[in-house]
Parts: sequence; structure tokens; C-alpha cells
Amino acid sequence: MEKMSRVTTALGSSSITGRTMFCHLDAPANAISVCRDAAQVVVAGRNIFKIYALEEEQFVEKLNLRVGRKPSLNFSCADVMWHQMEENLLATAATNGAVVTWNLGKPSRNKQDQLFTEHKRTVNKVCFHPTEAYMLLSGSQDGFMKCFDLRKKESVSTFSGQSESVRDVQFSMKDYFTFAASFENGNVQLWDIRRPDRYERMFTAHTGPVFCCDWHPDDRGWLATGGRDKMVKVWDMTTNRAKEIYCVQTIASVARVKWRPEKKFHLATCSMMVDHNIYVWDIRRPFIPFATFEEHKDVTTGIVWRHQHDPHYLLSGSKDSTLYQHMFKDATRPVDKANPEGLCFGLMGDLAFAVNESLVSSDAGRKPYPGGDRRYPFFSFKKPNPTEQFAHVSSALSVFETDLDSSRMDWFVKTAQLYLLSGKPFTELCDHNATVAQELKRPQVRRVRTKIIIRITGTANLNVSAFSFSMKEMGPESRLERCKGESRPDNVHLDLTSFPENEETEGSDGPTEYMFGDAELDDDDLYPMEHDNQTVPEEPVYTLPPEAFQLRHEIIDNPSAPEHLQQDKADSPHVSGNEAEVACLTPIESFSLISISQPLYSPHLHASFFCPIVREMLSHYAERGDVQMAVSVLIVLGERIRKEIDDLTQEHWYMSYIDLLQRFELWNVSNDVIKLSTCSAITCLNQTSTTLHINCSNCKRPMSNKGWICDRCRQCASACAVCHHVVKGLFVWCQGCSHGGHLEHIMNWLKNNSHCPAGCGHLCEYT
Amino acid sequence: MASGSIPSFTFKAYGEDNPRQVSGSGSSSRHHSDSESEICPTTKSLARLCSRDKDERATALEKLSEKILVCLELDRTGSARLSKETLLHLLRLSRSCPLQEVRMRATELLCIAQEEGIEVPRALASGPSAFIPAKELLIEGLNQDILVESFLSLGRVDHLTMVMALHPSYLSCFLRTQHALFELDGPLPRDWRHYVSVMAAARHHCSYMVQQHSKAFLEAGGDKSWLSGIKHAPVKLRSLHTLNKLLAHRPWLITQQHIQELVCAGAEPRWSLAELIHAVILMAHTHSLCSFVWGCGLNPEPDHIGGYAFHPPSPSHIPRSPHSPAHEDSRPELVDGAVEVEVLMKRMVELQQQQEEEECTQEEMVTRFERQRSESIPTAVVRGAPPELVLGLVEEPEFRYEDFAPRGEQSPSTMRAQDYSWEDHGFSLVQRLLPDMGQFLDEEFQVVSNLTYNRMAMHEDVDTYTLRKALWNYIHCLYGIRYDDYDYGSVNVLLERSLKVFVKTMACHPEQTTARIYHAFWRHFRHSEKVHANLIVMEARLQAALLYTLRSITAYIK
Repeated sequence: MEKMSRVTTALGSSSITGRTMFCHLDAPANAISVCRDAAQVVVAGRNIFKIYALEEEQFVEKLNLRVGRKPSLNFSCADVMWHQMEENLLATAATNGAVVTWNLGKPSRNKQDQLFTEHKRTVNKVCFHPTEAYMLLSGSQDGFMKCFDLRKKESVSTFSGQSESVRDVQFSMKDYFTFAASFENGNVQLWDIRRPDRYERMFTAHTGPVFCCDWHPDDRGWLATGGRDKMVKVWDMTTNRAKEIYCVQTIASVARVKWRPEKKFHLATCSMMVDHNIYVWDIRRPFIPFATFEEHKDVTTGIVWRHQHDPHYLLSGSKDSTLYQHMFKDATRPVDKANPEGLCFGLMGDLAFAVNESLVSSDAGRKPYPGGDRRYPFFSFKKPNPTEQFAHVSSALSVFETDLDSSRMDWFVKTAQLYLLSGKPFTELCDHNATVAQELKRPQVRRVRTKIIIRITGTANLNVSAFSFSMKEMGPESRLERCKGESRPDNVHLDLTSFPENEETEGSDGPTEYMFGDAELDDDDLYPMEHDNQTVPEEPVYTLPPEAFQLRHEIIDNPSAPEHLQQDKADSPHVSGNEAEVACLTPIESFSLISISQPLYSPHLHASFFCPIVREMLSHYAERGDVQMAVSVLIVLGERIRKEIDDLTQEHWYMSYIDLLQRFELWNVSNDVIKLSTCSAITCLNQTSTTLHINCSNCKRPMSNKGWICDRCRQCASACAVCHHVVKGLFVWCQGCSHGGHLEHIMNWLKNNSHCPAGCGHLCEYT
Repeated sequence: MASGSIPSFTFKAYGEDNPRQVSGSGSSSRHHSDSESEICPTTKSLARLCSRDKDERATALEKLSEKILVCLELDRTGSARLSKETLLHLLRLSRSCPLQEVRMRATELLCIAQEEGIEVPRALASGPSAFIPAKELLIEGLNQDILVESFLSLGRVDHLTMVMALHPSYLSCFLRTQHALFELDGPLPRDWRHYVSVMAAARHHCSYMVQQHSKAFLEAGGDKSWLSGIKHAPVKLRSLHTLNKLLAHRPWLITQQHIQELVCAGAEPRWSLAELIHAVILMAHTHSLCSFVWGCGLNPEPDHIGGYAFHPPSPSHIPRSPHSPAHEDSRPELVDGAVEVEVLMKRMVELQQQQEEEECTQEEMVTRFERQRSESIPTAVVRGAPPELVLGLVEEPEFRYEDFAPRGEQSPSTMRAQDYSWEDHGFSLVQRLLPDMGQFLDEEFQVVSNLTYNRMAMHEDVDTYTLRKALWNYIHCLYGIRYDDYDYGSVNVLLERSLKVFVKTMACHPEQTTARIYHAFWRHFRHSEKVHANLIVMEARLQAALLYTLRSITAYIK
């Protein structure tokens, strides 16, 4: 029998042709089915029941089965199936619980053949036996499955699913007597058609309803199931216990699943909610769909492969009242859009780089990297499988290690920890940070720092210029580094001399300021540094006297320290800096900077004049990968520089720095940076998932609002075990005995004692 | 747990600089109340009564009585030392605490206080419900466990819980949903959640729910002025008005446009979909809960306005409950009633057997459905003025449920249950927008639809499926949801007219439920069975309202 069916249904000599096409239906479709020879398709829905012929260029309506003035609810179909042996035989499942068969060979207009009203509730699914002409199976919401012999007027056997609604029933393609049923509670049952008393096997396939199942057309043991939990699972049923062998996670509940003919590992799915696309998956590649059809505008309700042995045509009906024929060659291949390259920096500066093999090989002549250049031959390589059409992407992973001495990141950690970002007057901050740099043995930085300090302490109103000074000095130094022959002192002297005591007169008038603006323009023209376009128009604004005045005052009166941090400092190790390492700057730029700016030093020199220079300096550091410098300076200078740099750039710097800090596990530092930043996007980082739910130690119920007082029992929940006062700041507790208190108190206590301060006898340990 | 040395300490930082500081006035008022209650010596001990540790509870109880006695001795002149709050708390404990020792002690203390000449409040209500005799809801019953549990975790057992405790399996999942809805992480801040519920409850003039949530709203740090009128609430909350109104009375009118107005990019203030769905569930949940509160005739809590009085009972107060006489009335008809139950049972059995025999045309089925939904069930048309409490919280109080226009021009099309169902569509959407909430609701619906004790009135071993189904579908029918596979003829067979009156009143005009309506149906059924019917109505109503809204949201995001 089996063999015969194969023969009769095999692709004939006249192979199918067609193109991607669609037609409008009058109403939303609920299900579709094709006849054996793939020439016609039936569409069924609440208000539609029609047969269309599939022609070369279009769908042609052949027959409307919905007849009568006021069609009965028996026409309101939840499912439809065309018999795969009998060309004239169809069955529908009606929403009112009827199972109807239709005989297209009938001469009358009404083709209704038999009507079974045995189910009490909506019938979700009907299924013909693949080889037996008269055997029809139905599964209903009322929890029963019924098997009908079409030669009789009623069901021959009833299978009870224990009052769980049946969502799908499918005859096995290979085992004559077996069918699978899927249920609303997540179970799948296997039944033997001869034994209606109990199921052969049951297992839980999904959480929540299993909407659909489909037997593999060739592999007798494989059953695919799809559920509301957004999963498609493939089960191997040949073993004693059903074994999940593949699992595909989709993005919406799975309404239908259909194996693709002739492709062992392919199946098509569509969703019931939200997602309108049809996906074809290669179950071995569960992360990205093999192909996607994106034509429908509403959820797809029915999918069917046009011919049992042709994998290139897929038909689909949808709630948007269209019927589509999709050509496989027209499908979108998401994999083409996927980016197969990956790049990642290690914490210590290592670089891993995965790229498509072909690209690597084509770049054969690339020069070896100076650092330890090691390529890890790491291939995700599979033996090419002729049946697998998935685009082969084998990528090579290269890892470049930086040479150990040159790129030790210790300095980063140290500077990050030692720099002070706030809490002191501006000048002291600079001073401190300079000292930090000095201690870390960066001579050139030290010198630069010292110079700056002199300037700053000397004339407070010039500190911005002082920063720009540092910039200038770094220029020559880096140049020194490059050309190693030059004498350093000279350069330094040059700079020192070039820095007269320029006091800015408050009465500096407009025209002069404009002149600076112009001069700045010249600067821009002279050397190709990336200025933001808007800086030029901004210039006059910044040099307007009132603004300058304000600026200066700010500098004098208001050390950039946000006050609220001060008391915290005692608790947490403090940090930061306004300047990090100076690696080197491109000599040309710095040179020109010096030469141009020198003539500009005049008694009228304005503090804000240096803003652009500082900005450039910062961008430079950032470009060079030293965001630490950029961010530190940004924080210390605060308002003075913030307006000069556009928010996105700032945000980008902050993000990179915070990311780095966190990778070095410098949580406190990164937290301070977040706190001190002025970007709204950054400060709000601290405000996400800040909740730590705790229970009152007294009444054991969750506390709200305040951490130290329980709303319900009005009890101060967390007293310090040492001083017996309420802890309102950092609370530290032992995870062993759960006693604790003020961080400092506990630390002090545990210096001298090993037992818990609460006297519980537990040996607490502080790490 | 305390095994040897545990190597690590854990830090926690208390929310000193809590990012979401409540508005100035709100927090200051909270501080105020804090300090006020800290003067009172007993508040701490009151909460300690809810400790899970038995000994701790006993100690707390001792301490509590000690303190109160001390207070009484300190000041013999009056109740100055015992704040009203404490007295009410004691009163509540004495009436509703599931722990016997606590209840006894609280009563004792109140007695002593009274002897000492302190004016002691007295609960006006005789039990949790005005319809159900208090002895039916004995707190020592089988449901002890769940009541104790809810006392320990919530600090109180309110009337709602006590009535629901007739069905413990439902109560536990109801409390879970409620907890998730109001307490767990979600897109809306906690005070907003309660305020949304206050708005929703006000639509049904349900002062019980309004007071419950107002209290919780203030506890969550809400701004007191909002409660005095909706006009003091933020515009964003007020923009929910239309949706609230429709959800409460005519959910079938909710369309894509309503959603769009709140969610679309240009909307100001704009709701995110997750926020919106949270608010929708809150509103629908509260509306249907109002139905339950009215349908079970819940009395005000002892500490609610109208729930207590300080003056001794006056004779004029006694006939305040008109329901008990009505109940007495039904006694003589006992014989008839027993027959009624028999008849109903027979019909149920018949229905289950003969269903496939008669075949009716679609037209016939449609007519049956239409007949059910347009059948004129006399629900009191006159609607009393809303209580003062909710007056400021309702806009357009005249908007209310209206029957479908019987074939009028504007007749809204019926919703086919098969086209948009909770299981297939609603669940997925909720789960997507508000993870876990779908699961909680799903569980609730399932528990209700499967809840049965296989008994009916005086009969045991009855399959009540058809009856429950008829009830559920009848309510959905009132809301215009139609099941293709259901024969609405059986609604008429199974649901007697008085039951229909009750159900329709409760589902559509809950504030008009009276004791007479409650006592008129199923006269020989147990009260627990009537509460069961109440639960079905409540959940069916919730689902219907949700389905309409979710359908609109689906249409919007398409």
C-alpha cells in the first residue's frame, strides 16, 4: 500500500511550474490544503470555502463550496483537508463542532457529502489517513478524537484525551496504525487506531498548548511539534522515551509546522500572533531561519507545500485575505544579511577577530603584526553536506596578542583608582593628579603636570589656558619620542616662554573677540584637524565678554567638586584624574598648533579661547584610545569644557571608559564616573535596576520605600551589631550568620575579633 | 546555614539616594505619618504579630497587651494615649485574625479598655458579607491554612479574602495574581497601580475597593491630593479615562483608535504598550472585582468609613440589614426549592445526553444567541447617586452598560470566540508585553473553569460542567462574545430567570445588586455555591473585557 502511494504521488514527468503570485480572497482564511496532483488548492475560513486552480501565472477560482443564501455554521471552517488519494474528497472541521465531508464529484451545487455532529465543541483539526480512502480522524476542543469510516454514518471509535482540548491530530506517514495528537496542556499522545481505550505513549512536549505537530515524511520516527511557548521541537519517537533531538526557538507562538519535502532537515513554520512571516528552518541551524517569506500583512493561518515531492513551492493563506504561492528562490535569506564577522578586544589589549575564511585568504599578503602575532587556527568547519543548502560560512579566528611589556594595563588601573575627580578645589585636583602621574613614572607627564600646576596656582583665571598649554607641550614631547634626537628642555622652555602672564581684561570688547574667532578659523584652515563644523559659529558666542566673566568666576569660586560626594569619600576609595598617560601625538599637528598659537598670545587672551584647543586635545586622546584621559579631564573641567563637545561624543567617551572600568572590575570608580558625568544618558545608568528587595528582619515581610525602617512594624530593621544604631548607608553583613552593621564598624571589629559582634558565636570572616 | 566560616560579606546599599524620589508633598506627608505612629507604642508589636515564628508571635502578643495596659494605667482620663488607629487595628484583629489566641487577646484588651472608660470602636457589620451569614464564613473552618498564610504575609485578612476562602484553591491563585499585579516589578510605579485601581473601582461606585486601594496608594507613597479628585492626578493617568469607562461598561466599543490615541508616537502624554497593558489588566481586574464585592455584599472593613462606630448601638441601627428578613422569607418554600434543584439536575443530564439529536440551522442558533443577549432582564434602571467618596474620582458618571441595540444601525458586530480567544491569542500578547502576567491570568481562568466540588445543593456527585459553562457563556453573551460551538438554548434551560437577573445585574450594573436579588436565585444552594457563581461571573467578565482590549491592541500593532 505504502509503495503504491509513493508511485502514484511521485512527481510526474510534467513537473510543476509557476511563479510567486497571490490572489485576494473575500475573507480571512483559516486553513488551506492542496489536492494530490498539486493543481488545485482549497481555502477555508469562517466566511470562505473555495477551490482555486493553480495556473502558470495566476490563481483561478474554480468552485465556491459555500452555497445557500444563509450558509450554516457548518461552513465556518477551522480546518480543511484534501484527501491525498481521492481527488474528489475533502473534509472540513467546523467551528460549531461539525465534521463535514465534501464530494466534488456530486452533480448538484451543494457538494456536501456527510455530516458528523458528534463533537460538542469546535473541531480543531481533521486528518485523512494517508493511504486509506475511508478513514478520517478529527480532534476537538471537547477533548475527544474521533475516527470516522466514511462508509458509515457515525464514528467507529472515539479516543479520549481526558477532557483536555485537542489541537492537532496527524496520522503517521509510515506506521499504518499510529497517529499523534497534541493537546492544550502541553502534552502529545501517540495512539494506535485499533486501541481506543488508552494511548500508547504520552509525553509533555511544551509548556502551554501544543498547537501543531507534523510527522516527518521520510523518517518514520521524527515528529515536529510547535507550541505557544514559541518553540519548535523535533522528537525522535523510535526510542523508548520520546527524545528531543532538535529545538528551534522562534519569536512568536507557533501555529503550524510543516516538513519541507525532499529536504530532510527543513521545516516551515508560521505564527498565530504578532509575527506575519513564514519561516523555513534548517533544524540543525536553529538560530537563524534558512529562508523567510514576508509577503503577508496579517498572521499566516495555513501553510502547505504544493507538492509532496517538490520543495520549491509553498502555498499560504492568511488573515489578510490573501492566498500566496511562494517560490523558494524568491525567499529572503536572512543568513545573507547576517554579519559573519566578529571582533573583540581582550582586557589586556588582545584582539580576537573572526572573519569569513574567503576574506582572510584573499588578504594573504598582509604584513605581520609587530606584537606577538599568533594566529589561532580555529575553524568552525564542517564537512560539506550536499543536502544542506545553508550557505557555508567557515570563519577563521585570529587572535593577536599584544606584547606584554608595552601594553601592560596596570597604569590604567592605578591611575583610575588614584585620580581624584572631585571633592577638592580645582587646582588641588590637578595637583593631586599630577602627583599620581609622577608616581607612576611617566616623566613627561609629570613635567607637564607640574607646569600646569604652576600656572593654575599662579593665576586662577588662566587654568583653561593651562590645559591647552599641556596640550602644546605634549606636542613637542611626542615629537621627541618620535625623533628621539631632539633635546627636551628646549621645547619646554619654548613653551614656558610662550606663556606670558596674560590676564584677561573684563572689558575686552566685541571686535577683538571676533578677531580671535577669525584667528581660530585660520587655525582650522591651516591644519586638518577634525573640528566639528559647528565650532566656528560657536566661537563668537563663547568669547562674548559676559560669558567669559561668568566662566572665570566659576573657576575661582566653585571648585568643580560636587559637594555631595564629600562625605562618601571616607567610605570608598577615591579615584580618578584629570589626565592620564600621554602616549604621543602626531607631531605635525602639534607643531602647527604651537606655531600658530604663539603669535596669538596677547594681553587680550581669553580663557575660553582655549576651549577648542582643549577639545582637540581631548579628542586626540580619545582617538588614540585613551578615553581615561578624555573622560577625566572632562569631569574635572566640568562646565568649562562641556559645552564645547557635542553630547554624543561625550556619551561615547563615557560609555567606553565605564565599559573599560567595569571590565577591570573597578566598580567603585565606574560608579563615580557615572555619578559625576553630566550626560543624562550616562547618569541614568545608575538608575536602572537599583532595587534590592529585602525583607524586614523583624516581621519577615518585604520592606518598601526605605531600607532601614519597615513600613509595617515601624521597626528599624537593620541595626548595626557593633554600635546598635540604625545603618543608613553601607550595610555589610555576614552571609553565614546574617549579622552585620556599618562597614567601618564591622571592619574594625573583625580586625581584633574573629567572632560575630552580635555574639552568635559564628566565626565571621571579612574578605 | 551557619556552617563554619562563610567567606564573604555582602553589601547592600540602602536607597538613600533613591532615583525615583516621590514628589515633595508625598514624601513629607509620609514622614509625618511615620513620626506620628512612632509615638504610638503598639504599632511595632502589632506587626510583629504576623511573624512566622510562633514564639515570636506569642512574645509580641504579650508585649502588646503589656503596653496597652501600661497605656491605660498611665492615663485614665480617656483614649488619648490609645490612638484611634490602634483601637481600630485591635478591633480588626479581634474580628478577623485567623489565629485564635490573637483574636481572643484583642477582644479582651478592647473590653478592658472599655471598662477603663475609653471609647472603644464597634464594628457595624456583623460579618464579612451582608448577604452571607457570618457563621458560614467561620474563620476556623477548613480554610484555616490559607487564611493564616494570608494574615502572615499581608498583615490582615480582609472581607474579600474571607469570602473567597470558601474556595481556597481559587483564593491562592487569586492572591498570587494580585501580588504580581500590585507588588512585583512592572512598568507602572506602585502608587500609580493603586491609583488606577481607585479610578476603576470608582466607576462602579465601589467604596470598598476605593478605600482599600486608596489606603494602599498612600502606603506606596502616593500624593494625597490625587484622592480628592481625579483632576489632581497627572494628565497621563487622566488620559486613561475613556478606556476605563469603556472597559467598565461597554468593552465592545474599544477600538484600535482608542489604543492609538494613548500609544502612538504623537500622543502626549504617551503610554508605552507595556504600561498600557499593565493599566488595562489593573482596570479590568478591579472592575470585575467590584462585581464580586457587590455580588457578595461585602461589608466595609472595620477600619473603613462606615465600618465602625464609636457610639453604642442605637435601636434605630438594628434593622439596618434588610437582607436577613429576605432570607427568612424563603424558608417556607423549601419544598418547592428542593423540586427546583431536582428539575435543574434532570435538565443538565438531559442536555448532556441529547445534544446531537436535535439539529438546528444556523439561523436558529443565531436567534438563540440574539435572544439571550437582548432578553430584557429587569435590572434596576434608577441608579443612586454615587457615594461622596468616589464622587471626585469619576468623570461622566452617567455612562453605563447598555444592551446591544437589538438590530439597530449601530449594532456592534459580535465577537467570535474562535477568532480571538484567550488561549490562542490573548495569552501570547499579554505574555509578550508583560511577561509572567499572562501565566498568572491563565492560571486564574483555568482554576475557575475547572473548579467544582461535584455537588449541587443537597446532591453529591453531580457533574456541574454544563451549568458552569452556561453561566460563563451567558456572561460572555451579555458582552457580545459568541461561541460557535455553543447552543444558547441551553442557557434558558439551565439558568432560571432569577439567576439571570442576578448575573446580569452583577456583571453589568454591579452597584445595583441587592440582597433581594442575591437571595432570590438558587434558594437551596449553599452560600459557597453562590460565591462560586460569583467567581465565575467575575472571571468571565474579566476575560471578556480583556479580550476586547487585547484584540484592539493586536489590531494596533499589526
